[in-house]
Amino acid sequence: MSNRGITLYLHVHQPFRVRNYSVFDTSIDHNYFVDSNPLSKTSNEQIFRKVADKSYRPMNALLEKLLETHPEFKLSLSITGTFIEQAEQWTPDVLDSFKRLVDTGRVEIVAETYHHSLAFFYSRSEFESQIEAHKAKIKEVFGVETAVFRNTELAYNDELAQWADEYGFKGILAEGWDKVLDWRSPNFAYQPEGTKNIGLLLKNYKLSDDLAFRFSNRSWKEWPLTVDKFTSWVEASAKDQPLINLFMDYETFGEHQWHDTGIFDFFEEFVQKWLAQPEHVFYTVSDALEAHEPAGTLSMPQTVTWADTERDLTAWTGNSMQQEAMRYLYALEDDVLRTGDDELIADWRKLQTSDHAYYMCTKWFTDGDVHAYFSPYDSPYDAFLFYLNAIRDVRWRLHEYHKTGGLGG
Amino acid sequence: MLGWELPPHNSGGLGVACYHLSKALALKGSSIDFIVPYSAPHDAIDFMTVHGATKLSPLHKFGMGAYDSKFLKETEEQTDSQSSTIRQIQKRYTQYVEEFIEDKEFDVIHAHDWLTMEAGMRAKELTNLPLVVHVHATEYDRAGGASGNPIVHEIEYQGLMMADRIFAVSNITKQIIVEKYHIPANKVEVVHNAIDVADLNDGYEYDTRTYRYLEGLKDEGYTILSVVTRLTVQKGLTYLMEAMAKATSKYDRIALLLVGDGEQRDELVELAAEYGIADKIFFTGFIRGKQWRDAYGVSDVFVLSSISEPFGLTALEAAHHDNAIIVTHQSGVGEVLHSIFRYDFWDTDRLADQIVGIATSDALKTSLRKNIRNEYARLSWHDVADSCMSHYRTFEKQTAVCV
Repeated sequence: MSNRGITLYLHVHQPFRVRNYSVFDTSIDHNYFVDSNPLSKTSNEQIFRKVADKSYRPMNALLEKLLETHPEFKLSLSITGTFIEQAEQWTPDVLDSFKRLVDTGRVEIVAETYHHSLAFFYSRSEFESQIEAHKAKIKEVFGVETAVFRNTELAYNDELAQWADEYGFKGILAEGWDKVLDWRSPNFAYQPEGTKNIGLLLKNYKLSDDLAFRFSNRSWKEWPLTVDKFTSWVEASAKDQPLINLFMDYETFGEHQWHDTGIFDFFEEFVQKWLAQPEHVFYTVSDALEAHEPAGTLSMPQTVTWADTERDLTAWTGNSMQQEAMRYLYALEDDVLRTGDDELIADWRKLQTSDHAYYMCTKWFTDGDVHAYFSPYDSPYDAFLFYLNAIRDVRWRLHEYHKTGGLGG
Repeated sequence: MLGWELPPHNSGGLGVACYHLSKALALKGSSIDFIVPYSAPHDAIDFMTVHGATKLSPLHKFGMGAYDSKFLKETEEQTDSQSSTIRQIQKRYTQYVEEFIEDKEFDVIHAHDWLTMEAGMRAKELTNLPLVVHVHATEYDRAGGASGNPIVHEIEYQGLMMADRIFAVSNITKQIIVEKYHIPANKVEVVHNAIDVADLNDGYEYDTRTYRYLEGLKDEGYTILSVVTRLTVQKGLTYLMEAMAKATSKYDRIALLLVGDGEQRDELVELAAEYGIADKIFFTGFIRGKQWRDAYGVSDVFVLSSISEPFGLTALEAAHHDNAIIVTHQSGVGEVLHSIFRYDFWDTDRLADQIVGIATSDALKTSLRKNIRNEYARLSWHDVADSCMSHYRTFEKQTAVCV
């Protein structure tokens, strides 16, 4: 094989966090997401503006520069509907910079659920509605179609792949988890079990997480990570293998790894160094699948995600509070949709964003550190109570529509 | 009188009881100097003189009250950085009392609970005045079945031994004093708490919008249960949660309003989710004023689920707000009420039965509510004061003036 390529895929997302929504707001004030106190930790606007300064603006400037300087540089982005809505509201310039990236023709947008939800596991019809909504939003904002699918948190199983195949996607993304791959390498394209036309790309989690999680960790034995060192690891991993899939949160750049860790300079230098070798390329996710025939069939009957040491959904649905919350939420589907009330439907869908369940996670210890850092609430219990009150308020609004009772769930 | 808190700077029932007792005693002609461990305005109190033993400010956020060692926070005068622990505050309180009594004439020293017992003993030692120790709760109650803090037990034991007379707020408490602290029964008088109905009839009107969602549930035929308490192990709330789960499996039109905060909240939130009844449980957090009053107002049934409750003033407040009452056999307030349901705190089957019974029978709910009205109103702080006065009079000096 001639070329060796990196498939860089970055996930761009912000949720609408639920404000400190109390029993006393329930059925009185239907505003769950707008915290009027700018100092509050649940002020979505403040968080968005902060992350825009730390991550979206500097990283997009860097990506633009790299795309300009290196015609071989390419990447893929998944951008959630909840992100786009907030960008439209508060930082249109950030959205414009994403449009300029896409306009180069070398930045592919990946399909997903508009609301970054786990709907696939609760309601197939709702899941499809959100994919349609996302496709429409991407078309409206960026003028492009999506062809490759990623599910929220990279939550993947055979059933999902079969669904995506029938739906017409030509590719799908998943975690390259050792326990599933066994002796196989994530550095090839695969065909998901039971599918006809769809290709599967697997995240090289070791190399991806070196940047996303470990880059600035001073107790990591490889710290500080130099471009030479990382390049040599990528080259070693790609020896006789065609594809290195680096999948991570976009906010790795500037938010998870702050500017002063050197992440931006590192990334710029790494792209230059990689492309300095003539046989080295970057792929978009579609390019990668076009360039490489599946090396074999791969089956993942159990759901695998890109999160935590367990690579499962326990960070979202592992405890009883999370299970209760999801049960109450999805039980409302029919009653919400038949109101035809766009605002109410939008609120209900915003409550589906997986981050809400994540804030209720009680898996402290190793994984919990990460969760604690990303939660705007004092505790998972507070997250649950505010969320539950919002669910009750949605019930209240439904009750006003349908007059059929059901406040009790 | 030696106390630890007075409204509005109280964290629980102790401050309320001290306030009403003092007020009723003052009306009987007592002149009272009441010493608290903090400095704060008590504008509503004109019937006695309130003295602050320190310059500390009261921090009446939940959990930092009369029951917690992190009660007081240094404010303006950073006198010394060590004054944050409850033992150090008690020491300063005692020093203040020593100086305070030096040049004044009193007839009786009346100390409330372990927090002020040392100061009471010291005052008795210096003046040779009779000491009344008023027990609102013991460490056995606060520990909720566990053994409790040995230092607190020791202070309580000494205070009870040194006291000339002990007032216990219920027979349950008297029994603990006799059995656990080996105090002769004839030294202990039961002086039940009461309720000041006039104090609650201050023009308050229930607002249906405060708990609008719960009102909505009531329109759908739900029965609302409530608990107003610190969320702590002493209160037996995990048993109540289990009973709610059992009751729900039989009849699901019930909801529980949990008013208050405490270290057990997270556990209760999780427990409700584990039982699959999280949306039937409403947590308000720590609230005061109107939201607190309206909690009684929205409620149909009030539950006092304590594992060990010397009295339980909240049950009387709930009765005043037209609630049917369920209390544990381990709660003192049950001794003065009859038209109520009682259960053993661990007997969740029985409690579930009682809940379902009330929720499914309008006749039962109505009679409980109606009959309790005739009972709680008879409980008067004036009677409590009369009882105190008669005990004071058994001491040598006749006119009771309390430190």
